[in-house]
Amino acid sequence: MKIAVTSTGNDIDSQVDPRFGRAAYILIVDSETFDFEVLDNKENVNALKGAGIQAASMVSEKAAEVLLTGFCGPNAFKVMQAANIGVANNAEGSVKDAVRAYIDGNLPLSDQPNVEGQW
Amino acid sequence: MIISIASGKGGTGKTTVATNLALSIDSDVQLLDCDVEEPNAHLFIQPTFNHTETIYTPVPEVDQKKCNLCGKCNEICQFKAIVVIGETVLPFPELCHSCGGCMAVCPEDAITETGRELGIVQKGFCNGIQLIHGKLRIGEAMAPPLIRAVRAFTRPDQFTIIDAPPGTSCPVIAAMKDTDFVLLVTEPTPFGLNDLKLAVGAVKLLNIPAGLVINRSDIGDNKVQEYAREVDLPILMEIPFDRRIAEAYSRGEMIVEVLPEYKEKFHRLYHNIINLAG
Repeated sequence: MKIAVTSTGNDIDSQVDPRFGRAAYILIVDSETFDFEVLDNKENVNALKGAGIQAASMVSEKAAEVLLTGFCGPNAFKVMQAANIGVANNAEGSVKDAVRAYIDGNLPLSDQPNVEGQW
Repeated sequence: MIISIASGKGGTGKTTVATNLALSIDSDVQLLDCDVEEPNAHLFIQPTFNHTETIYTPVPEVDQKKCNLCGKCNEICQFKAIVVIGETVLPFPELCHSCGGCMAVCPEDAITETGRELGIVQKGFCNGIQLIHGKLRIGEAMAPPLIRAVRAFTRPDQFTIIDAPPGTSCPVIAAMKDTDFVLLVTEPTPFGLNDLKLAVGAVKLLNIPAGLVINRSDIGDNKVQEYAREVDLPILMEIPFDRRIAEAYSRGEMIVEVLPEYKEKFHRLYHNIINLAG
């Protein structure tokens, strides 16, 4: 299974970036081999609006089944729901820690966004 | 003739100048309160509103059955307001800037227009002044289309005063653009000066003749006066600090009614504007 994780750096030992739309990187991690692909999100970091929507589209295009992040706003959450991608908020530690926590059942999927939209 | 009254800084006295100027002109005058996030000229003019209409901006609605998921709408939208995801198209109407691009590029005619409520426009009349203002819907982020809806009521045969919002961003530009003259209002403080410079920058970009009113002109420092001289911005009026003005304002009263000598001053301001605007 492919798991998308927001990351402050471009490798699997980097810390999870708590922001979703404006995360520095998004890593697409294979849950069995821990191989990963790095998506550079810098274009979205400075987006005026719609960063979450764009990041969610990227994750969906990579056919990830789950997203692990810190905070997910309402618009991004709507896109993830439409794309049938589970969202686990409150991920922390390294990207690897977050993936392990999810596999071990310690990072539950949320059924709603956990932050307000940006104005 | 249409003039706009603007300032970089908030609270300098735009509405005070706009309303008192309107009341000092002998002929019929229109006052358009384009500070649609917080209109308040009506508190001074106290008109009876006899017309209210709701203003909408077009946003896309998608017929999912017609859509072939080609993604062209997604590509053209600069605001991520329409996204193709999996087997669905998701519009985000609150992010839409109403450009119509998605509709134009859709090969299947799957997108039609529906409306997002921007707010209301109200018209009223009092003492020879026709007051028109917009009130932005709470939660709505886009003021410029509502400002344009207020300005659509401009009557070219009348002298029209636009009370602009503070700042120098899109709503201010929407209020000042295509006016014949911009009257800037500031106060002689470092804050007033800083924001006046920003406002002058915006006015220069729009290439509109401008003049300055300095409110509470005898407090603070004289850097605003020096700056005005440097950039050839004519100072058309100075309103000294006066407790009686502050008291009148605090009761929602007009300067020209409480201190009748100001009627002549505002009258002169009007004629100066006419001369400068050509």
